[in-house]
Amino acid sequence: MSESIQVPTMAEYMAQGKQPEVLFWVGCAGSFDDRAKKITKAFVKLLHNAGVDFAVLGTEESCSGDPAKRAGNEFLFQMQAMMNIQVLNGYEIKKIVTACPHCFNTLKNEYPELGGNYDVVHHTQFLRDLLNEGRLKVEGGKFKGKRITFHDPCYLGRANNEYEAPRELLRKLEVELVEMKRCKSRGLCCGAGGAQMFKEPEKGDKDVNIERTEEALETKPDMIAAGCPFCNTMMTDGIKAKEKEEEISVMDVAEMIANAEDL
Amino acid sequence: MLDYFPNILFLIALIVGIGFFTRNIRKVVRNIKLGREIGEVTDKKERWGNVVRIALGQSKMVVRPVSGIMHIIVYVGFVIINIEVLEIIIDGIFGTHRIFSFLGPVYDWLIASFEVLALLVLVAVVVFWIRRNVQRIKRFMNPEMKGWPKNDANYILYFEVVLMMLFLTMNATDHQLQILGAEHYSEAGMFPVSNFMLPLFSDMSVDTLVLVERIAWWLHILGILVFLNYLYFSKHLHILLAFPNVFFGKINPKGQFSNLESVTNEVKLMMDPNADPFAAPPEGAETPAKFGASDVMDLNRVQLLNAYTCTECGRCTSECPANQTGKKLSPRKIMMDTRDRLEEVGKNINKNGEFKEDGKQLLDDYISREELWACTTCNACVEACPVSIDPLSIIMDMRQYLVMEQSAAPTELNVAMTNIENNGAPWPYNQMDRLNWKNEA
Repeated sequence: MSESIQVPTMAEYMAQGKQPEVLFWVGCAGSFDDRAKKITKAFVKLLHNAGVDFAVLGTEESCSGDPAKRAGNEFLFQMQAMMNIQVLNGYEIKKIVTACPHCFNTLKNEYPELGGNYDVVHHTQFLRDLLNEGRLKVEGGKFKGKRITFHDPCYLGRANNEYEAPRELLRKLEVELVEMKRCKSRGLCCGAGGAQMFKEPEKGDKDVNIERTEEALETKPDMIAAGCPFCNTMMTDGIKAKEKEEEISVMDVAEMIANAEDL
Repeated sequence: MLDYFPNILFLIALIVGIGFFTRNIRKVVRNIKLGREIGEVTDKKERWGNVVRIALGQSKMVVRPVSGIMHIIVYVGFVIINIEVLEIIIDGIFGTHRIFSFLGPVYDWLIASFEVLALLVLVAVVVFWIRRNVQRIKRFMNPEMKGWPKNDANYILYFEVVLMMLFLTMNATDHQLQILGAEHYSEAGMFPVSNFMLPLFSDMSVDTLVLVERIAWWLHILGILVFLNYLYFSKHLHILLAFPNVFFGKINPKGQFSNLESVTNEVKLMMDPNADPFAAPPEGAETPAKFGASDVMDLNRVQLLNAYTCTECGRCTSECPANQTGKKLSPRKIMMDTRDRLEEVGKNINKNGEFKEDGKQLLDDYISREELWACTTCNACVEACPVSIDPLSIIMDMRQYLVMEQSAAPTELNVAMTNIENNGAPWPYNQMDRLNWKNEA
């Protein structure tokens, strides 16, 4: 992989008087978390590969406010939202894609009332559309025939009723898709939502991510596919706790597509 | 005059039964109105669609096929057998006997279908009892189900058994009287189920049969009136409230949490460069609303309706990731606590004419902070509820109170929130480093 990838910012586009096809909202995890940064880079590669004209906000992006809102801090959430909306509206953004279901949900559902109206899609939906438009080719490559189970992110699935986009992509990778007992609308949370990611879990018998990882392992997968940087962390931690990290990896659907082709 | 004695007695029973019931329902309505008003109800078409699909059509019940299908049997039985109750009421008031029998073969089939349904209801109720008391299915055994909730559930089942048995006894004796050609008992109806009970009554004289038939008839209708009045004291209110509750249920995407308007106004003011930070509030301005909820009066009316509608089935709790991993949180308990506190407030008002401070509130006295902080906001409870109850919204409102009124968030969350405030990310990274990833190999 090259040392540096081409990632234009909105400021640069503005300076050139251009408007991109889509704004890539990277999110905090995608910007700072080492594991999630790999997903960000894989997605950027796919965008380049499909010839998508995109830009990011870069240093002008700020937390969407999701964890603040779910923690109960409506003030902080709305401060964040309104600052972001000022920036987004300033650039006259129409379409946003993000690889984080939490940002996706907040931008899509909670920003409009505060003055931010955009067409917001999750990266699996965006990739699926690219695929259908023939702009992106997805083939099995090294994942062909691999046994893979997909963990539904709550904020993509139950929260926004999107269960099919990631599965369509996985099917295109010609994997053997196996479902966990609790999947789709009845999928079990990874344990990170509602700002739990940023605190210790309350007292209990077990951590939620362990429960979910055990369920994933019951399907005897070669890999676990995810669609959320937080789920990814939780499931990866679960796999480590079960000492299975040598055999089973947790990968975002976008990473799988990028890696299948060795882009 | 004496001839009309039964009619008068019946009328009195009916008026007393329905009168008390109405009084209790008015209490429920009054208590629900203690909650905050909701804005204008939009999307009525979609809401009515939900009532038809989710409430009338029981679409979410069958997600769990065993309990779902049996519930449909009891529900259909309940609704259809009530046509018979209509006949009983008319007969009771006017002293007629099986007034609908003029329908001829249609009547025969109606009675036959009531009987088959009654039998199916009996079977379903027995299975329900076994699931609760023998099989002891996990979701019926959570700590919040101890005591009254457990007994309440069983009482309802016993009630239904007694009502169905009385109905069948009434039919069997009536049938036997018809066979014997007794006066008033003209041939009407078809009795595919109570037929099998005939041998029990074959030795009885006409007088005894009439006595048994009348007792069964009276106990059946009185039982229904008593049951109607039991609803208010029971989780069984759902048979009525499920319909309005589904109508008012959330129709936005589940992930969309409402934005607090009072906060929006303040944030807008803060971000307005022309606003005068020292300006006194305009004349007559309302005092700023309390943020979030610490008691039932802070919740909105739909949330309170939710609380009365909950029938404690526990599907929410059995799908809750926190509950499944042994945390204290149980979404069902959130609903039961909200209802119990609301009832307590209601009784307080009954006694004092208006609410007198009782030194208690929903937070801490009913719902602990540990429960509230265990939630992952995953919406599994909301998805699971067959009647569109939203326990998550109450959890969120109470978190808002803890954070915005009391600054009582867990320490780690305070750290994350400070980071968001200062750096625009929940972690302590500088916002200026947000694009560094593109240069990292």
